[in-house]
Amino acid sequence: MLMKKIEAIIKPFKLEEVKDALTGLGIEGMTVTEVKGFGRQKGQTEIYRGSEYAVDFLPKIKIEVILADNLVNDAVTAVVKAAKTGSIGDGKVFVSDVGETIRIRTGETGEQAV
Amino acid sequence: MLTHMKKLALLATAGTFLCTAWASTARAEDATPAAAPPAAQATPAAAPAPATPAAPAVPAVPAPQQPDSVAYPPGANAGTATDLAWPVPADLTSVNPDGKGKVTNDELIANVAHNKVSINIVWTLVGGFLVMFMQLGFALLETGLTRAKNAAHTMSMNLMVYGIGILGWWAVGFALMFGNFGGAAAAIGWQPSLGQGLLLLNGEHTITLFGHPFGLWGTKGFFLNNGVFDTAIFCLFLFEMVFMDTAATIPTGAMAERWNYKSFFIYGFWVSMFGYALFGNWVWGGGWLAQLGQNFGLGHGHVDFAGSSVVHLCGAMIALAGAICVGPRLGKFGKDGKPRAIPAHDITLVVAGTIILAFGWFGFNPGSTLAGTDNRISIIAVNTMLASASGAVVSALIMWMVFGKPDPTMMCNGLLAGLVAITAPCAFVNSAGAVLIGAIAGGLVVAGVFFVERVLKVDDPVGAVAVHGVNGAWGVLSLGLFANGSYGAGWNGVHKLFKDGAWTIINNDGTPDTLKKFADLTGTGPNGGWADQGVTGLLGTWFGAPANDASQLTAQIIGTLTCIVFIFLFAFAWFKLSGLIVPIRSTRENEINGLDEPELGVECYPDFQTTDKSSTSLG
Repeated sequence: MLMKKIEAIIKPFKLEEVKDALTGLGIEGMTVTEVKGFGRQKGQTEIYRGSEYAVDFLPKIKIEVILADNLVNDAVTAVVKAAKTGSIGDGKVFVSDVGETIRIRTGETGEQAV
Repeated sequence: MLTHMKKLALLATAGTFLCTAWASTARAEDATPAAAPPAAQATPAAAPAPATPAAPAVPAVPAPQQPDSVAYPPGANAGTATDLAWPVPADLTSVNPDGKGKVTNDELIANVAHNKVSINIVWTLVGGFLVMFMQLGFALLETGLTRAKNAAHTMSMNLMVYGIGILGWWAVGFALMFGNFGGAAAAIGWQPSLGQGLLLLNGEHTITLFGHPFGLWGTKGFFLNNGVFDTAIFCLFLFEMVFMDTAATIPTGAMAERWNYKSFFIYGFWVSMFGYALFGNWVWGGGWLAQLGQNFGLGHGHVDFAGSSVVHLCGAMIALAGAICVGPRLGKFGKDGKPRAIPAHDITLVVAGTIILAFGWFGFNPGSTLAGTDNRISIIAVNTMLASASGAVVSALIMWMVFGKPDPTMMCNGLLAGLVAITAPCAFVNSAGAVLIGAIAGGLVVAGVFFVERVLKVDDPVGAVAVHGVNGAWGVLSLGLFANGSYGAGWNGVHKLFKDGAWTIINNDGTPDTLKKFADLTGTGPNGGWADQGVTGLLGTWFGAPANDASQLTAQIIGTLTCIVFIFLFAFAWFKLSGLIVPIRSTRENEINGLDEPELGVECYPDFQTTDKSSTSLG
C-alpha cells in the first residue's frame, strides 16, 4: 500500500482552518511545527530605535500529514483552499512518497499505522 | 477502558473520604460554641490572679467606635488624651478616669512633635521601599531591551548591584556622602525632619579655596557605627541607599551583553563606596556645590531636589565611561561604521519595567522631602506624573513622524526621560513647567539616543546615557530656568529676600545677629515686608515668580559641568585601572554564545530555543 506525506508551509493564522479542512476529510493525525523561512516573498525591513534591520525569516507553520495514497488529492485540495488568502506569502505544499510507517506502541506497520 | 474504570473508582473513593472528613469537621464546628465559653472564661481568671492579687479595677471594655471617617465629631477612635502615652504622668494631682495623669502642655507638645517625626520617618521609609522596587524595574527594562541569550546575566547584574551596593554603602559610601548632613548649611529655623539624631552627622573634610570653605567629603557614619546608632540616621541610610542603587544600576544597562561579571562585581563595591558618594556630598551633603550660594552668591547653590544630577547624570556618566571602555557589542557597528539594530527580546518586560520605574518614582521624588508632614509632596507627585506623560507622548510622536511607527522602546525611554528631567525641579516648578520639562525631555531622549549611537559611536543597548545623562543634565538646568520661587526658601542656607524689585541676601551662619536681621526684614516692622523667595530660575516670572534669578542658572550649570567632567574622568580611570586586574570585557566566544551559561552556569530560558537573529555578521 502506498503512503504519501503532505508538507504544507502556511501562514500561522491559517492553521485552524487547514486543520478543520483536513479533519473534515477524516484524517486522524498531523504534526505541526513553528518554522521560519522565506521564499519569493523575501523578508521585510523594520526600524528599531531608528536603525533599519532586515527580518529575513518570517514565521510560518509547517503541517505534516501522512496518509493513504487515495486521500492525497482531496487533502491537497483542502489544504490549498483553506490556506489561500491570495496575497504573497501564502506558502507551499509538498507531496512525497513515504516508504514505511510504524506505530510505536503496537508495532503495526503500513496503512494501519497511519 | 479498565484503567478509566480504575481511575473513576479511585476518584469516587477519595471523594467519599473528603466528604466524610468535611462533614465531621462541620459537626465539630457546630459543637464548638457550646464547649468553648467555659474554657475561655476560665483562662484569664486563672492566669493573672497569682501575679496581681490586688489589681486595680480593670476599666470597662470601651464600646465599639465608629470609624473616624464616618463619625463626626470624631469619636474616641480618632484619638484622645487617652492615647497619649508617657512613662510617668507628670501631673498626678488631677487624675483622669482612665487612671492616667492629666496631660500637661509640655507632654502635649512632646506627643505632637513625636507624631511629626514619626510621620516623617514612615513617609521616608515608604518612599525608600518604593525606590527599592525600582531595582526590579531596571532589571526588567534592561533585560527586555537586550537579547535572550544574556537574560540571566543582565538580571544577575541588577540583582547583585543591590546586594553589593548595600554593603559598600554601609561601609563607606553613606559616610562620605552624608557624614555632614546635620552640619550642612540650612534655612533659618530648619530642623531635621527625621529627628534630632541627624545632627550627629556633623563631620566634613573641608579645604579653603579663594578664601571660602569647600566641603569635599563627609567623615561621620562609617559602617553605621555605634556613634550614629540612631533611628533618624538609619532611616536616612535606607532612603539614600536605594538612591545610590539607582545610580549604580544605570551602567548595567549601558554595558549589558558584554560586561565580564567579575569586573561588574568589583565595580559594585567601587560605585557604592566612592563612585557615587563624592559628587553626592557636594550637592546633598553640604559640600562645595551646595555652598556656591553662600560662597559666591550663586542662587541657592547647586539645587537638585531628588537627583537629576546626583543620581541620574552621575549614573549615566559612569555608564558612558564604562560603555566606552568595554566597547560595542559584537556586530553592533558594521564594517562601514554604521549602527545596526539589535532588537529587544521582550517588549513585555520593557514596558513592565518602565511602569514599575514610574511607580517607584512616587517614592523617589515625593519621598525626597524626607517629610510626610511637608505637604509639598502632592505638588511633587503631580509634577512627576505630568512630566512623564509629556515625555512619553512627545517621544512617541517624534518616532511616529520621523520613522513611521512609534517604537515602544522609545516610548518607554521617553516616559523615563520625563521622569529623570523632573527629578531635580519637581518641587520648584508649577504644572506648566512640569509639562514643558517633560516634553523637551521627550525630544531630547530621541536626539540623545542618536547622538550617542551615531556621533559618539558608543553602544548603549538600553539608551541609558540619553535617558539619564542628557535628561539628567536637562533636569538640573531646567530648574535654573523654570523654578518659580514658591519653594525652597533658605535652601542651602541662602535666604534671598525680595521687595520692590530689589534683592537682599542673608546667609544663615547661625549667629544671633543674622537671625535678628532676618526677623527684622521679614517681619511687619518699619524695615520689614521682605518676601523670603524660594528657588527661582532665569525665567521664573513666566511661571509666577515675582522676579527672575539668573545666578541660579549659573549654579546649575557649574553643578552640571562638574558632574559630567568629574564623574566621567573618575569612572573612566576606575574602569581602566580595574581592567588591569580583571578584564572588563567578556571573551568573544562567550559573548557570541551568550553570557548566561559561560559566566553564570545557567541559561535564563533552557526550555525555549533562543535564536540570536542579530549576530549574523559580527563586526
